[in-house]
Amino acid sequence: MTQALASAELTDPDERRGGTGGIARFVLGKLGAAVTSLLLVVALGFLLFRMIPGDPVATLTRDRPTSPEQLAQLRVRLGVDKPLYQQFLDYVGGLLHGDLGTSFGYNRPVADLIAERFWPTLLLVGTATVLAVALGLWLGVRAAWRRGSGFDRAHTGIALTLWSVPQFWLGLLLLIATHGLFPSGGMRSPDAGPGFFDQTATIAYHLVLPCVTLLAVLYAQYMLVMRSSLLGEMDAEYLTTARAKGLRDDLVRRRHAVPNALLPTVTLVFLQFGMVVSGTVTVETVFSWPGLGLLTYEALRVPDLPLLQGVFIVLAGSVIVMNLIAEVLYRVLDPRVRAR
Amino acid sequence: MFRRWRAGAAVLAAVLVAGPFAPAAQAQEGGKVLRVALVQEVDHLNPFLASFASSTMIGRMTWEFLTLPSAEDNTPSPGLATSWKTSDDKLTWTYTIRQGVKWSDGQPVTAKDAAFTLNRIMTDKKAQEANGTYVENFASVTAPDDQTLVIRTKAPQASMTAIDVPIVPEHVWAGIGDMEDAKTDTVPVVGVGDGPFLITEYRPNELVRLKANPDYWRGKAKYDELQFISYKNADAAVNALQNNEVDLVNRLTPTQFDALTGKSGIATNKANGRRYRELLMNPGAQNADRRPIGDGNAALRDVRVRKAIAQAIDSQTLIDKVLGGYGQLGGGLLPTSYPRYHWDPSDAQRYKFDPAAANAALDAAGYPKGADGTRVGPDGKPLELRLLGKASEDFSLRAADYVVSWLGAVGIKVTKQLVSDNEVDDRTNAGTYDLAFSGWGTSPDPDYTLAKQTCAALPASSGSSSSASFFCDPQFDALYQQESTELDPDKRADLVKQAQARYYDQVPSLVIDYDNPLEAYRSDRFSSFPKQPANDGNIMEQSGYWSFYGATPAEGGSGGGGLPAGAWIGIGAAVVVVVAIGGVTVARRKKTADDQE
Repeated sequence: MTQALASAELTDPDERRGGTGGIARFVLGKLGAAVTSLLLVVALGFLLFRMIPGDPVATLTRDRPTSPEQLAQLRVRLGVDKPLYQQFLDYVGGLLHGDLGTSFGYNRPVADLIAERFWPTLLLVGTATVLAVALGLWLGVRAAWRRGSGFDRAHTGIALTLWSVPQFWLGLLLLIATHGLFPSGGMRSPDAGPGFFDQTATIAYHLVLPCVTLLAVLYAQYMLVMRSSLLGEMDAEYLTTARAKGLRDDLVRRRHAVPNALLPTVTLVFLQFGMVVSGTVTVETVFSWPGLGLLTYEALRVPDLPLLQGVFIVLAGSVIVMNLIAEVLYRVLDPRVRAR
Repeated sequence: MFRRWRAGAAVLAAVLVAGPFAPAAQAQEGGKVLRVALVQEVDHLNPFLASFASSTMIGRMTWEFLTLPSAEDNTPSPGLATSWKTSDDKLTWTYTIRQGVKWSDGQPVTAKDAAFTLNRIMTDKKAQEANGTYVENFASVTAPDDQTLVIRTKAPQASMTAIDVPIVPEHVWAGIGDMEDAKTDTVPVVGVGDGPFLITEYRPNELVRLKANPDYWRGKAKYDELQFISYKNADAAVNALQNNEVDLVNRLTPTQFDALTGKSGIATNKANGRRYRELLMNPGAQNADRRPIGDGNAALRDVRVRKAIAQAIDSQTLIDKVLGGYGQLGGGLLPTSYPRYHWDPSDAQRYKFDPAAANAALDAAGYPKGADGTRVGPDGKPLELRLLGKASEDFSLRAADYVVSWLGAVGIKVTKQLVSDNEVDDRTNAGTYDLAFSGWGTSPDPDYTLAKQTCAALPASSGSSSSASFFCDPQFDALYQQESTELDPDKRADLVKQAQARYYDQVPSLVIDYDNPLEAYRSDRFSSFPKQPANDGNIMEQSGYWSFYGATPAEGGSGGGGLPAGAWIGIGAAVVVVVAIGGVTVARRKKTADDQE
């Protein structure tokens, strides 16, 4: 990365000035596109969840004594007695005030529920992503540098296999295979003390299995992209030059080839991050990790319309924001894109 | 190459060091704790709103009821009320409230608390969400003194000793203006109780922690703490039981149950259930104004066709092959766990699996077989039915194939429609089905189960149904009316059975079986749990708190304690790994630097 930035310094000063003005315009343009996408998400989210079959009132009251008056009362409380356009206007009005509505099932503000569940998911996804990036890049570089070797073939094979394995199944398999070495579910042990160290320890301990599951599925993409992008650089003449200078193979790889091959992977990391947040539904469900994924799963079962809408907007929003960051970052990192 | 081996060896060593200690570390020491895996979510702790089975179960621990179904046989037994009597016109009920019971904050429990609770439900619409039906027939509730509660009903009501409403402290709840306020789910509010356990901590979707109430009027439980721990995945919960992370798991599948049977330190419980499983046969859905709704096949309006279908279905095979044998052959709507009200058809009455008889009955009903073997109705159309089931449910998926082939064999063409749970609910409510798999949980008092099958339960508008069977039969309604006002227990039981016999005879649905709830617990930590009913009942999801209150810790059984040492060992292992990798990396960097020079 430093290499890429350093090479940016070397570009013509005039061109760079033009580039800076371009970047402001570029960012504004992308920002506009992101806001438009977000508005579409809001509208689409509303319509989409109204198309799910099932009456939330009937589902909420299934299997327990309820009178018609109770049902009617519940309908008024949930706001599902109003016409669709009125519900939409109410919803958009609420959104403008930062109000995501009130969950049917929990009877609490959706924004509170999401805020509460956001940190566990961020912890899980963040840890898994950092580890997956590190592992993926490391393996990818090594596999590409020794293309066709036993190491390359074995690791590409393993990565492809793990990538195609269903997360749900892999999680359960790990759970059974580790034989009680790690907790079967939850984020904290009920008996952990309230102190900082006790809490950190218990959370770290509970994080192991879900994190490894997510990691196993995630790292493959980074590895494969890193591998193919480094392979693309391998025949470049500057590497021959570097070798001709008499640099050790190690240094040629680390100082010259890898930084140039890093770009597509960095972009992928950011693009993926948004997707991973929404993709934790299965992992969180297997390990009862109290995050956004689990919240989504629960909301789907009711179905809890306001909660689903809220989660949908937050997840779609995170993908949009990460896309935006990736696009801007790509431009910052790669002088070739900026020069265009 | 060697360096990589060294790093690998460091990781391996760390894992090996951590390995043997971690599982042992999870077994706890110190105070006695019962840890229960909760695979169903908790919606509210506020007893006026709590409606999920898991939430009401937790509520039962905290607040005592007026009366509750006994552990032995579900007959009404004293709770907060020590005795009760009814007036000659059967409209006034007087309960004597137990003396000397205290709320956990020290205030006495009086009849005024009970009157407050019931009045609040009667007058505050928001407070009706969970238990509104229990007070529908109440005219007034008063507490003339601290020991007397008087309930006047609008019409005689037989279920007055089965008012399943938790009585809450007036001095806490009177101050709550909005029953839906989120603070009603917090410990300062729900932590004040008079039941066997008191809520001390609530972490939504993680944990509900309760401590044994030292002042509970029946005496303190035999252990100190009760934890309900959330598991969103039944397989993970089973794994947790095997790893000694929890002590009790319910809602097991037959496969999970079989896998746990015979494991050392684990006991399994196959209980008599409270649910019935049925095959609905749309008998002509209609709304409260008796206007037809939905699009059910007209052939099913003919009771002869419905009976023929019942004869063409082999319920016992479904139990054996699909449910792994964990179910009892169905009869009436009230399962065998309520022996007082359970009704079984006599041998002559029962619809036995008899395709020949079904064929003959369909011939006689005017549905002769056509050229292709499919029966043709009086309107000239082939007899084709849709079978609705939940795609998420193993039973529906597998039983559907059996039903299709059995009915096909008697000339009824059946198309499977396996859809989402919500769509099944929607379509059975709207009457847009022919056949559908369904099922209901029943309460100890038969009133609610039977009421759902009366004409009064027909939906006021499409989709607002509280009855899935669309049964509306004057003879059944008459029996229900008599039953619901009959205060003589034996006469009432007899009427309840007659009503079920009538239902069975008219088959708006065929009761296939009563599923066995499958449970398992750590017998090395808890030696016994009271079951309801005694001997063959279930442990969790009882109508009462018997199992949790009466659980007996095993000799030498331990529980409670601080942070599992395994956590520390895990962290230690991680640190070792990080240090090892760091060391290797530094060594390598140094080496490269050397090379450079």
